Amino acid sequence: MKSVVKQEVLALNGDEAVAYAVKQSDVDVVAAYPITPQTIIVEKFSEYVANGEVETEFVCTESEHSALTACLAASATGARAFTASASAGLALMHEMLFVTSGCRAPVVMAIANRALSAPLNIHGDHSDTMAQRDSGWIQMYVENAQEAYDSIIQAFRIAENLHVLLPVIVGLDGFTLSHTLENVQTLSDEAVKKFVGTRQFPKVMSHEGKTVPFRLDPENPMSMGPIALPNYYFEFKRQQEEAMRNALSVIQHVNEEFGKISGRSYGDGLLDPYMLDDAEIAVVCLGSTAGTVKAVVNELRADGVKAGVLRMRTFRPLPVDGIVDALRKVKAVAVMDRSMSFGGSGGPVFHEVRHALYDLPAHPYIVNYIYGLGGRDTSPTQIRQIFEDLRGIVQTKRVESSVKYVGLRE
Amino acid sequence: MFSEWKFTAKDIAEKPDLFLSGHRACAGCGPATVLRLIMKAVRGPTIVTNATGCMEVVASIYPYTSWATPWLHTAFETAAANAAGIETALKIMKKKSKIKQEQIDVIALAGDGGTYDIGIQALSGAVERGHDFLFVLYDNEAYMNTGIQRSGGTPLGASTTTSPAGTAIPGKLEHKKPIADIMVAHGMPYVATASPYYWRDLLVKVRRGIEVNGPAFLHVFAPCPRGWRSDPAKSIELSRLAVETCIFPLWEAVNSEYQLSAPSKVMALSPQKKKLVKEYLQVQGRFRHLFTPKYEKMLGDIQRITDERWQRLLKKCGITQPAKTA
Amino acid sequence: MTAQEKSWKEIAPAGVCWKPSTKFLTGDWKTYTPLRDLEKCTRCLLCVLFCPDGAIRWNAQKGDIEFDLNFCKGCGICANECPTKAIEMKLE
Repeated sequence: MKSVVKQEVLALNGDEAVAYAVKQSDVDVVAAYPITPQTIIVEKFSEYVANGEVETEFVCTESEHSALTACLAASATGARAFTASASAGLALMHEMLFVTSGCRAPVVMAIANRALSAPLNIHGDHSDTMAQRDSGWIQMYVENAQEAYDSIIQAFRIAENLHVLLPVIVGLDGFTLSHTLENVQTLSDEAVKKFVGTRQFPKVMSHEGKTVPFRLDPENPMSMGPIALPNYYFEFKRQQEEAMRNALSVIQHVNEEFGKISGRSYGDGLLDPYMLDDAEIAVVCLGSTAGTVKAVVNELRADGVKAGVLRMRTFRPLPVDGIVDALRKVKAVAVMDRSMSFGGSGGPVFHEVRHALYDLPAHPYIVNYIYGLGGRDTSPTQIRQIFEDLRGIVQTKRVESSVKYVGLRE
Repeated sequence: MFSEWKFTAKDIAEKPDLFLSGHRACAGCGPATVLRLIMKAVRGPTIVTNATGCMEVVASIYPYTSWATPWLHTAFETAAANAAGIETALKIMKKKSKIKQEQIDVIALAGDGGTYDIGIQALSGAVERGHDFLFVLYDNEAYMNTGIQRSGGTPLGASTTTSPAGTAIPGKLEHKKPIADIMVAHGMPYVATASPYYWRDLLVKVRRGIEVNGPAFLHVFAPCPRGWRSDPAKSIELSRLAVETCIFPLWEAVNSEYQLSAPSKVMALSPQKKKLVKEYLQVQGRFRHLFTPKYEKMLGDIQRITDERWQRLLKKCGITQPAKTA
Repeated sequence: MTAQEKSWKEIAPAGVCWKPSTKFLTGDWKTYTPLRDLEKCTRCLLCVLFCPDGAIRWNAQKGDIEFDLNFCKGCGICANECPTKAIEMKLE
């Protein structure tokens, strides 16, 4: 794809790329609390504010709980709001994640993915966001700093779409992406501002019997966040599910639109397949790991092995149809999970992918690899072994163990 | 510093309610009267945000609302963080011409649970950051929404369902946290206490809290007949007795300078008018056990502690004359 | 669930309330009803200010107060606070 607007290449790490995208997205309120490895986002943004480079109110709250709450309340008032966190910070927000999605506040949040205590660990894995799987937030995972920048800009468009109106998490791997410098192509301020546009509001009926924009406005009073008894609560949850379904096509559309101005798109926005068309064996993974897996696939392909990768860019809503289409012809699939679901049969991504394939009349063998917890490195050699295992499964038609641990001392 | 606001009872009665009839608070609910009165003191367009609690629940049972002004509830501990978010949004949206109104005030409402206990972190943070909002604590001295559990605002000796008066323990053993003093210690521009019987004093303080630039904190006494085991007809009378016994003195602290308010000044200048705490305690079922021989010592303790706190307050207000207990 | 309750497709998102509570009458909660002695009443309006339910209103045109028994829960605060004892609570 060819870019239609002029772009500037900046050397940015993932966190800085996020801060830069937020700076350009006409955000009204940023409320945040620093936590490793997200801290650079908050620091960088504070600098923009201190230097008068951005027309945004920055609120440095006393906790992540209040950071998200302030964003939610700002969003209810009509503002565009952003926050960022990681690990324990996201866990502290847990309660408010549900309230934010339930209040249909299109807040965007970057998460520099990090392990959860205990023991305390500041390094990368996906335990933090996976623990928020059912909180009603759209979840996207990026592969590099460039995609972090691009996805934050896209996230505002997705969240604020009137058929969606849901908060979005953009996850970038702690340290691997958050702290690693890359060349990032950046759009002009005007191009980004035009792309994100101004926030629109759906029309709702208030208690005064008037149809008015959905926000806190003294001219058109409305009550938000009431108590709903068993006669209505369920209906609101069904609405959220519908919004998630709507998000599937909106994410695809926004990815495409963004491609038109930047020359960059990520698969169909939901799934980013690599060498999958004729693949016999494939790895499914999230985030930066996809880069390593792709490199290994290139080597395997050179050796004549039909290997491929399916990177799941969007985890919520789960692109079930896309997963089925992408993997239906593959003979054996390895799903990589960078978090655990203790007592479950494998990690959360494994659960989802295996579940998605269940309705196929003949589905591939599917195995799970738990890897990289607490920032443990996963080498190309280990990835190669995973593909090697898949070839063995295809040859022997046997799965010895459906869940394995990568790089763990037994 | 504050604008002159003169009004009669008729002026207030004629103002339309912003907290509407048809809410489902219990008969004789003190906090309901408090909210009705508070909302009569707003100066213009106002957004209200509410912590989870009795007043949130009784006034927003979907699809009904008792709020004629924009209103937001998010969670129990979040009233101040909500207010911070709303106030910040209004500030920047005004700057960017995304809203028309010149001035929109923000009021956060919370009960004692949402203020003394679970909400104090967000409150302290929002006040430290200097957001321009009025935080109103309606204090009914326990978690009434969930059925009368003790809070940091429950007074010494009160029987609640989590500090019940038993054969070994005479109700709550801990003191009421001096929340308004804690707020003064933040160095915030305006802190006051109020009680609905003294409605005029209450309304003036609400208006001042709104007018002041930066955060304001108003601690309002709000009797709960259900939780206090008192006669629903006596809710307003109790709010008078609490002041007359100096259990709940009325004062304001403008820029940390304490000043006794008129209703409490009466007791300071004429100590014989100060009533015994017994008069206030004996009409409430939550203190019933204190009127038995086994626990009557605690009555003396409550009187002594009330007197000590009163004396300390007089000192802070620069009133040197020692007020003798009647 | 009643026929009046709407489906998820018909209601606004996020629980935006669409009825004022003034459509929800609480008057049938009461066991005592306030009765006012017009002679004793000085129209000081304290009852209007203290009523938790906004069930006593000042009618400026008539120059008098009015009880709205649709909302009165019968708590008796008005009777208790009346300086001239003009209100009596009567068992319904």
